[in-house]
Amino acid sequence: MSTENSVKISKKEPLVRITKRDAIPSWKAWLIRLGSIFCALIVCAIVIYLIVKMNPIKVYQTMFNGAFGTPKRIWVTTRDCMMLLCVGIGLAPAFKMRFWNIGAEGQILVGGIATAACMIYAGNNIPNWLLLVLMALASMVAGALWALLPAVFKSIWNTNETLFTLMMNYIAIQLTSFFVAVWENPYGSNSVGIINQRTKVGWFPSVFGEQYMLNLLLVMTLAICMYIYLKYTKHGYEISVVGSSPNTARYAGISVGKVFIRTMLLSGAVCGLAGFIAVSGASHTISTSTAGGRGFTAIIVAWLAKFNTLVMLLISLLLVFLEKGAIEIATQYNLNDYASDMITGIILFFILGSEFFINYNVKFRGKTVKEESK
Amino acid sequence: MELVTAVQMKNITKTFGTVVANDKVSLVINRGEILSLLGENGSGKTTLMNMLSGIYFPDDGQIFIDGKEVVIRSPKDAFDLGIGMIHQHFKLVDVFTAAENVVLGLNEGSVKLDLRTASQKIKDICDKYGFQIDPDQKVYDMSVSQKQTLEIVKVLYRGADILILDEPTAVLTPQETQKLFTVMRNMKADGKAVVIITHKLHEVMDVSDRVAVLRKGKYIGDIATSQTNPQELTNMMVGHAVSLNISRPEPKDTVERLRVAGLSCINEDGIKVLDDVSFSAYAGEILGIAGISGCGQKELLEGIAGLQPVTGSIKYFPPNSGEPEELVGKTPMEIKNTGVLLSFVPEDRLGMGLVGSMDITDNMMLKTYGAGSSLFANRKSPKKLAENVVDELEVVTPGLSTQVSKLSGGNVQKVLVGREISSSPAVLMTAYAVRGLDINTSYTIYALLNEQKEKGVAVIYVGEDLDVLLELCDKIMVLCAGKMNGIVDGRNTTKEEVGMMMTSLRKEADD
Repeated sequence: MSTENSVKISKKEPLVRITKRDAIPSWKAWLIRLGSIFCALIVCAIVIYLIVKMNPIKVYQTMFNGAFGTPKRIWVTTRDCMMLLCVGIGLAPAFKMRFWNIGAEGQILVGGIATAACMIYAGNNIPNWLLLVLMALASMVAGALWALLPAVFKSIWNTNETLFTLMMNYIAIQLTSFFVAVWENPYGSNSVGIINQRTKVGWFPSVFGEQYMLNLLLVMTLAICMYIYLKYTKHGYEISVVGSSPNTARYAGISVGKVFIRTMLLSGAVCGLAGFIAVSGASHTISTSTAGGRGFTAIIVAWLAKFNTLVMLLISLLLVFLEKGAIEIATQYNLNDYASDMITGIILFFILGSEFFINYNVKFRGKTVKEESK
Repeated sequence: MELVTAVQMKNITKTFGTVVANDKVSLVINRGEILSLLGENGSGKTTLMNMLSGIYFPDDGQIFIDGKEVVIRSPKDAFDLGIGMIHQHFKLVDVFTAAENVVLGLNEGSVKLDLRTASQKIKDICDKYGFQIDPDQKVYDMSVSQKQTLEIVKVLYRGADILILDEPTAVLTPQETQKLFTVMRNMKADGKAVVIITHKLHEVMDVSDRVAVLRKGKYIGDIATSQTNPQELTNMMVGHAVSLNISRPEPKDTVERLRVAGLSCINEDGIKVLDDVSFSAYAGEILGIAGISGCGQKELLEGIAGLQPVTGSIKYFPPNSGEPEELVGKTPMEIKNTGVLLSFVPEDRLGMGLVGSMDITDNMMLKTYGAGSSLFANRKSPKKLAENVVDELEVVTPGLSTQVSKLSGGNVQKVLVGREISSSPAVLMTAYAVRGLDINTSYTIYALLNEQKEKGVAVIYVGEDLDVLLELCDKIMVLCAGKMNGIVDGRNTTKEEVGMMMTSLRKEADD
């Protein structure tokens, strides 16, 4: 290759060129993702050192301790991870259908309200196992109904589901406030308090001696079922077709509106079930912060995992780990929350950014010549 | 006449991932000359020209404009060098007027937008080259040909003297094409360099002075148009001799299979796009449907397939001579469930016929996945079908699990047609089945349609290339502004007759 000419061009060639990649083997994609986390840790280390003048390795160690330091912490991390994963699983079918369900927050809350209602009104009249089943069903029905409305409107009048589901969240929050006022205990506390604190009726029982084992089993089962549902069933196939191209779906004889409604019922039901797990399996109370923004965080989980519910487990774990670790360093080193949020932010930024490098090729000036002469 | 070199491209190479789109291509474009850039799909014609117009950047090689080496980094650089490209897909703002579209992004003059001067300048350009355009007309009111004219005016307004037209005739009627060619000749006489990218041989012969042929990213050579013929060009383009005749077997045992009567359709905007259309399609025959694009072809086929709300009657006579079935008012699912053997190759292959993000196997099961009572989708038989289709139609793909959208246009169409034929239809409807396909693939598709016809399928072929319609179809129905403007015999009609029927309604056509 004539180097003379190439040099002449490369002088004026654009500094950076971005081209779309063809396809990239998945091991390479994972390598890029791992690399991005590594880069994030380095950048965090620099930031930590510059701002608080502490040994970054020690800070990371503290973060790890915060999430996994003791068996109890491991279980709390697991509990929160399962909660987030459950919402992610709920969002997966809707998002795969390109139906932007931003309303998980509300669906969790109404599921939680239904659960709390069962605990309060039916708690002492029926056996505990029946109560649990009843609560699960009630929460799923509540969540499903909450999701049904936007789906019906979308399939009949083609309304915008993003705004619709989002606004349903605010209704759910107000509804929760209302019930908190109704169930206030003790009077004047402006909170529901721990429901059935003495009798523990309607609480998740310990399984294998672990308080949160049931959460783990329930959500993992859900994750596997949803994975199979999306990948191997006819319904899953229909969801993919509708999501990729509604016109093709109509052409194939799929009733798009029906799929919208059916899938959103499922999505809402799983999110409602997350409300059940939050109330019955974790906090044993209900408040407007029961969902705690998980309905939105789960969107990140679902997207990063490309709607693969098994990959979602990893993403949820990472996010919860970061959260726990951040809280730990905040308390250990007397930092305020913002410092730890920065670390979480940097790491997320790098992970999200890595997707760009997986999809696009970045070439710097002059490098092309070398590549071609190989 | 002494020719002045406008552009010289030297050893241009461009790769996308592992695909080499252009491999050391060297090309000369002269002023005062119309150059045809000829090549099959995926031969790298558009890629090469995109590098000239600043959309892509070459991996290697040099470009000289008027003898000086240049680096074209962006479309703006290209404009500054006087290079203007008219793309296949128009880049116009629908709600703007012609003049507004022309000045868009120019930032000329002061802060004030001076549309009046612009309009005058546009009128001058139109007078000079023989365009007809109203600067104050909104783009959404324009026909396809007017939009294209506007695109050309847009680049001329920007002072382009090297014009590149990417398959400009694909959307035009024969009459409009002739008008375009006149304009191109005027531009040539004005000393501009004109490049037309095309794979229609008769247009190459008609309009160009010189032909440059690309094949699989490589430059094969150039030749003066006056010293060549379509057969030689085809051989250069394909790399081996190809017969250019489309066979048309005599129809046998024709039976009425589909009877459409008084079909009308009002679209979402309340416009009557189909107006009282009646015809019959016979088994063992290919019925061509001709018309300017947007004259109701899409609605007609989609109406039959149950995808458009229509009024009137569509009677389907099953091959086993059972009871005729009324299709109007049925959903696609109901049509399928009543046992109507209808296959449909829609115009929008990836937006309607296939799911681009799915692999070949998953696309094969699009219409059959629902069979059986199992909760799970069966992927075994679709996989076998996919293997067959890939095998028999020679689909070029890395594997069955490749996303369909990653295949080239011709291979996408083979997958779609393969699936539709595999269901042994009684009626096969195709819309623009060879649009954008190269010669080899087009002939494969014609052969497949003929095969279906001989099997006793009623084939409906909506086409845009009149030469093909006249060679392939037994009967040709002409649509004009949503009305049925007559059915002619494909064997003894002329291009002029059909072209005439496409543009002007015949009063006596209804009889």
